[in-house]
Order: sequence, then structure tokens, then C-alpha cells
Amino acid sequence: MKALVAVKRVVDHNVQVHIKPDGSGLETAGVKMSINPFDEIAVEEALRLKERGVVSEIVAVTLGEPVAQDVLRHALAMGADRAVLVEAHGELQPLGVAKLLKAVADREQPGLILLGKQAIDDDAGQAGQMLAALLGAAQGTFASAVTVNGDEVEVVREVDGGTETVALKLPAVLTADLRLNEPRFVKLPNLMMAKKKPIEQLAADSLGVDYAPRLKRQKVGTPPHRAPGVKVNSVAELVQKLREAKVV
Amino acid sequence: MSVLILAEHDGQQLKQATRQAVTAAQSWGLPVHLLLLGADTAAVATQAAQVAGVARVLRVDAPQFEHPLAEDVAAAIVNLARDYKVVLAGHTAFAKNALPRAAALLDVAMLADVIAITAPATYVRPVYAGNVLATVESIDPIQVVTIRATAFAAAETGGGAEVVSLAAPAASAASRWVSETRNVSDRPELATARVVISGGRSLGERFEAVLGPLAQHLHGALGATRAAVDAGFAPNDIQVGQTGTVVAPELYIAAGVSGAAQHLAGMKDSKVIVAINHDPDAAIFQVADFGLVADLFDAIPQLTAALKQ
Repeated sequence: MKALVAVKRVVDHNVQVHIKPDGSGLETAGVKMSINPFDEIAVEEALRLKERGVVSEIVAVTLGEPVAQDVLRHALAMGADRAVLVEAHGELQPLGVAKLLKAVADREQPGLILLGKQAIDDDAGQAGQMLAALLGAAQGTFASAVTVNGDEVEVVREVDGGTETVALKLPAVLTADLRLNEPRFVKLPNLMMAKKKPIEQLAADSLGVDYAPRLKRQKVGTPPHRAPGVKVNSVAELVQKLREAKVV
Repeated sequence: MSVLILAEHDGQQLKQATRQAVTAAQSWGLPVHLLLLGADTAAVATQAAQVAGVARVLRVDAPQFEHPLAEDVAAAIVNLARDYKVVLAGHTAFAKNALPRAAALLDVAMLADVIAITAPATYVRPVYAGNVLATVESIDPIQVVTIRATAFAAAETGGGAEVVSLAAPAASAASRWVSETRNVSDRPELATARVVISGGRSLGERFEAVLGPLAQHLHGALGATRAAVDAGFAPNDIQVGQTGTVVAPELYIAAGVSGAAQHLAGMKDSKVIVAINHDPDAAIFQVADFGLVADLFDAIPQLTAALKQ
């Protein structure tokens, strides 16, 4: 069974983002970019399924400018077999991403499609569910454990107040939550070897889907800054402050 | 045209998030309908009909909604949504799972975790772990939206909506519910608690033993940092932050929490923030109204005892 893993290039999670002075967007020039951490967990899960003999081939896919290839190289260095770059220019939004990924899935015919549960830049958390909808496939979102049994995949999902286990017919779409696994460290020799693995390039416009943005960004701003508080010297003083603030 | 709210309930009670969605729904000045999916929604329909601001309750009772799956929930929404201007829900695990699927089937974008609405189609939503607020306008004919619970007050009781029963679409053959585990707790729900006591990894195995009595006394919920959850000291569903639950209680007590940006994203709108940490340089002190540099294993029991007096 083939696994397709979608990965996104995002501003590294350790970088503090800055807004352009005119409020039109974010400063991205010279900012460190990385694979979205949830997508890295999705790649790792595909690798573990391959190591267990469930998956035979792992194809990593990303969408965007040619520079997005660096996250494909990362997935290849982790152990993905090959990669696909869907070259698209301008802003991509979840519905458009889902449509482009569906076109790739139609070509690749994977048994499992894995993504992160959300990207840490736009925090939308929609691409996996939308892709499942367009494919008419079952979805296992916020996955914290994945087991393939025959033509089904059993997924433990993290939900409000606990967990839920669902069984999905293959092909299915899974989105990875934080505790699904801990991704392996990429060693330098693997990064060098990954340069020899193939990356296929497809033009988004050749896939015959409408991926134009539906949401128009009007502006970006920063949330109101919280005024600095005071340090107290003892538990007794803290209790006094809390009573004055009428919160206890 | 009206607003359709995907209601969330446990068979008996409407979730607070649904009442908050009812408040958000008033932004459009359109009639508000509440969609109740369940195996038997009779009891909760009676309650839903009394929520002020709801004009109609739509009951869809079917066996597959005993444990609603995204495939079936999305199908039920799509069945109705073309007659609505807006499909709305609280930003809960339930809605985050089902609404994007419904939006894609309707070929419209979705707006997640919205904190402000300017009708008819402009929204403010946090991105980059809440470090940036984006204002976006949707050009789609149907607006599919989840709202951040902490940004909207809960609608009160005091309405008298009509209740209508509808048939369910056929159940999905592609997925089935297997089982669930519930973290049983007599404490209030984290997302809507008036007081939240959060702990970091340094609490270790004593997480519950140290924080539990304080939560008990203040009728608060327990929260945790990602590190505490990853280390197995606290359950998954109480993680506060960008990828966990976002809270904004009256009082947030952070014990042994360093204050990573991803954690701050989930609690910095709290009314009063208390930080107790032995590290005077911890980032949490930058957002705390009251900071105490102390060993939390001494300070928390002392605080609990002092508040009891």
C-alpha cells in the first residue's frame, strides 16, 4: 500500500514573526523556514507503517513556490521514497490545497493519506478534512494512534474530554496530533542521500482545479499588549492581591 | 436566509460552546436555527428551544448520531446548508472535525477560531499562535465559521423556539465508531471554567496531588503545558495552548509554567493571571498580573491553606 504524506513549509516555530509596517502581511524575507511540525509527525507515522510492513512506498507532496522543495528534501531525508512538488504561486488556502492534493491523490492512488492536524502559520486545521470530503474518503483527525487491520485503519483520536477510536475503510485520510509519535532526527548523511531521490514537479495550473483564494486578507495586526504586572513577595501578599481583585 | 448552528451536546445538556455560538450568530441580524444531531434529542431539544436568540430547533434523530462521526455530521449539514447564509459552531474538537468536511462539500472556504465578526462576511482570527490577528473577508455564498468560545458570552435561557424534526441522510459506510475513553472529572470543563490552575512539567508525578486541592477549593479546572502532557504527568485533553484548549478564565494560576509562546497563545486573554515559578526570568512573568518567585511545592499548598482561612 502506498502512503501519500502532505507537508507544508512554514515559518520555524522558534521564530517570532513580525508584521510589515503597512499591515499588509508578515515579514518573511530572511526568516528561517521549516517543515510544519505536525506534518513531520505525519511523515514519521508513514515511516513507522512502512517499517511494520503495512506501507510499501511513501510519497511526500508539497505545494507552493520551488523553494518549498526544502521540506520535501527533509521528508526524503527522514525516509520518504520520492516526492512531488506542485508548483503554485500566490497564496494558497485550505480549500485550494485540498483540491490540489486531491488531484495528486487521483494520480497516485494511495491507500493512506497523512497530514498534520494543522499548520502552525495559519492555524486553520482544515486541509485534511477537506481533502477527505473531496475524495469521498473517511477521515481520522487528531490521531494519536494508528493501526491498519486488513482493509480498515483504526484511529485513536484526541477529542475534548478524552479519546475516541474509529475504524475507517481504506483509502482514508489521517491528520496527526502531537502525541502520535516523536519524529526521528535527520542525520547529515541522510540529508546528502536525499538529494539523489527524485522530486517530480507538476504545475498547479495543469491539474485542472480552481485553487484561487476565497478569503481576502484585509489587514494583519498584533493583539493588544498585556500591561506588565507586579511581583509579590509572599503567599500572604498574593492572597491579599487576589482578594482585592475579587477573583477568589 | 438564516444562520444554522451546529449544536453540541451530551444527550442531556447543550455545551457552553453552543450557547456562545448563539451569541455570535446575532451578528448577522438573521433568524438563528440550531441543528441538533443525536440518537434521541428529545430532552436536549427542550433545553435548546429555551435558549434566547434561537428561532428554530432542528432535530435530526438517527442511530448513527449516538456517536456522531464527521462523515455523517457533514452529510446532515450539507443537506440543509444551501438554504442558509451562515453555518456556525464553537471551535471545539467536534466542530473542527466536521465543519471543514461540510465546507469542502459545499465548495466554500471555512473560517476557523474567529474572535470577531463584522457582518456580513468580515472576520478577525488569530494566526501564528495568536501573535498576529488577521482580518479576512469571505467571498463565498455560504459562510462556514467556528468561533473562539472565550470571545463570545454564552446566550442565556429565556427563548421559545419552535422545534422541527427532520430525517437524517443515510449513514456513512466508510467509517464506524469503535470506543471512547472519558477523563472522568467532577471539576468544571476546562474551556469554560471560571478558574484554571495550570501546571508545568516540573510538577512531575505530583501534578494532581499538588494542584488538585487548590482546584477543588476554587472550583477550578486543571490545565497543563505541552511538556507536562508529553511527559505523561497530565492527560492530553487538558493541554492549554495553540494546539490544545484556549481559555480565558477570570483567574488563571500558572504553577511551574515557563511561558512558551505556544502556551501563552492559549491563556493570555485571562482576566487575572498569577504566575508561581522559581525562575525569576521565566517568560510567564511578562504576562502575569501577580508574579511570585517561589518553589511551587511550598507555595501552592500554602496558597491553598491561606485561601481556606
